[in-house]
Amino acid sequence: MSNTSQSGTKPWQLALAWVWVGIPLAWGVAETIANAAKLFH
Amino acid sequence: MTTIAETPAAGGLFGFLDRSHTIAKPGFSRWMVPPAALCIHLCIGQAYAFSVFNLPMTKLIGITQSAPGDWKLTELGWIFSIAIFFLGTSAAVFGRWVEEGGPRRAMFTSGLCWAVGFFISAIGVYVHNLWLIYLGYGFFGGIGLGLGYISPVSTLIKWFPDRPGMATGMAIMGFGGGAFIASPLSVWLMQKFSTPTHVGVAEAFMGLGIIYLIFMWVGAAIVRIPAPAWKPEGYTPPVQASKLITTSDVFVYDALKTPQFWLIWWVLCLNVTAGIGVLGQASAMSQEMFPGHITPVAAAGFVGLLSLFNMVGRFFWASTSDYIGRKNTYFCFFVIGTVLYALVPWTGSIGSITGFVLCFIVIISMYGGGFATVPAYLKDMFGTRYVGAIHGWLITAWSMAGIFGPVLVNYIRQYQIDHGVPKAQAYNVTMYVMAGLLVVGFLCNLFIKAVHQRYHMKPVDTALATAAEAGREVAASFGSSRPAGA
Repeated sequence: MSNTSQSGTKPWQLALAWVWVGIPLAWGVAETIANAAKLFH
Repeated sequence: MTTIAETPAAGGLFGFLDRSHTIAKPGFSRWMVPPAALCIHLCIGQAYAFSVFNLPMTKLIGITQSAPGDWKLTELGWIFSIAIFFLGTSAAVFGRWVEEGGPRRAMFTSGLCWAVGFFISAIGVYVHNLWLIYLGYGFFGGIGLGLGYISPVSTLIKWFPDRPGMATGMAIMGFGGGAFIASPLSVWLMQKFSTPTHVGVAEAFMGLGIIYLIFMWVGAAIVRIPAPAWKPEGYTPPVQASKLITTSDVFVYDALKTPQFWLIWWVLCLNVTAGIGVLGQASAMSQEMFPGHITPVAAAGFVGLLSLFNMVGRFFWASTSDYIGRKNTYFCFFVIGTVLYALVPWTGSIGSITGFVLCFIVIISMYGGGFATVPAYLKDMFGTRYVGAIHGWLITAWSMAGIFGPVLVNYIRQYQIDHGVPKAQAYNVTMYVMAGLLVVGFLCNLFIKAVHQRYHMKPVDTALATAAEAGREVAASFGSSRPAGA
């Protein structure tokens, strides 16, 4: 499936790429959930 | 294979943007491509959150309240409309350029346009000239939106031929998620730069422009296209076309001549029209349908919940379409959507907030799902080669729906109120109209059959197109190898 090999993409490069987009997205989602929770108060 | 390291002056200053320099080396993980696509879509998804600037921009002179000479909300509303217009236009006009030039050049240009749009808008705020904001965010930003939206689509489809829906769903999910980041980030930046005598909109625009430029160019740097003969391990491409999945390619301008393209255009347009009008009016509608029960704060929470399901639906439905097929996925949208829209007035009449919220989170998930599933639908019908360019033309359906959806909801509501219907029931007819639109969408989807083979590219055309592609790559390599000054 994933074509990672020793000469190609390193696992840390893959992890870094996902963290790079994952952190801001997770922060945004957390903010939105906190906002959405007001509907149920 | 040529690499940047091998040819430092590759194709001139911007040679690293060439398609030939984007071809992945053996061992490159295809799972690097979704984050690259997300780098673009998370940034351009800011468009959904532009409204956070509207109110502060009406107080640039008066600071605490609007003063004479301050901009009006109606004038500011045009900024978003112009951007959406140029999103559709640029996606259609530059679709082939994006496809042929490769994703890196398109992503780089998209990032540049998007950031320049913010910089010009910042100057516009600073000198208080609205036309500069129309030019900046509307024109340049709109082009950045259009290029950015379509740029990773065909690349992802080529990397994930076994799961095209999931792959494009991941990227387009980022567009929905971009608003989550942009909204609190914009508010934070404005607060950071605001003083008792100054609203920090210009500085917030500058800050966003810089952040987005860096983020999008990182995506452009990461992205790769697969080598021509590459396929995922263990994946065997189908030799024979199935009923609704072609193994041939259709040239972009030939695709526009097929009834299938226009049927999918209407499928997308109707699905988006039904969702977008409600999305824009969600806050007011929830408060008016449940007066005294849903407060403005709770309504804001409702809007947040819809945004969340808009994002989640993009990934969920597009991934599901890999298993149940694109046509069946749209059948789900139209059948479930019709039933739920018809149920909304009933939830209002019995005062069921839970029922109302449940109906809308499913409806909005299918609205997002419609966007995310359509690139894979196009790939099934027209093949992989020009799917990005064809998708670019299809985006005009979004622009159209973006105009008609909100107008339809607002007009019907106002008509009802003007004729004495209580506000709590003013949306009932709208819901039935939306259900009707989805029935028409169902019929359009029903008529979609496989594209006639007379539209398929002949083997000689495919060979010529491949040779032309190779020629461009060779030319880029030769250009890159020239000594300085040659």
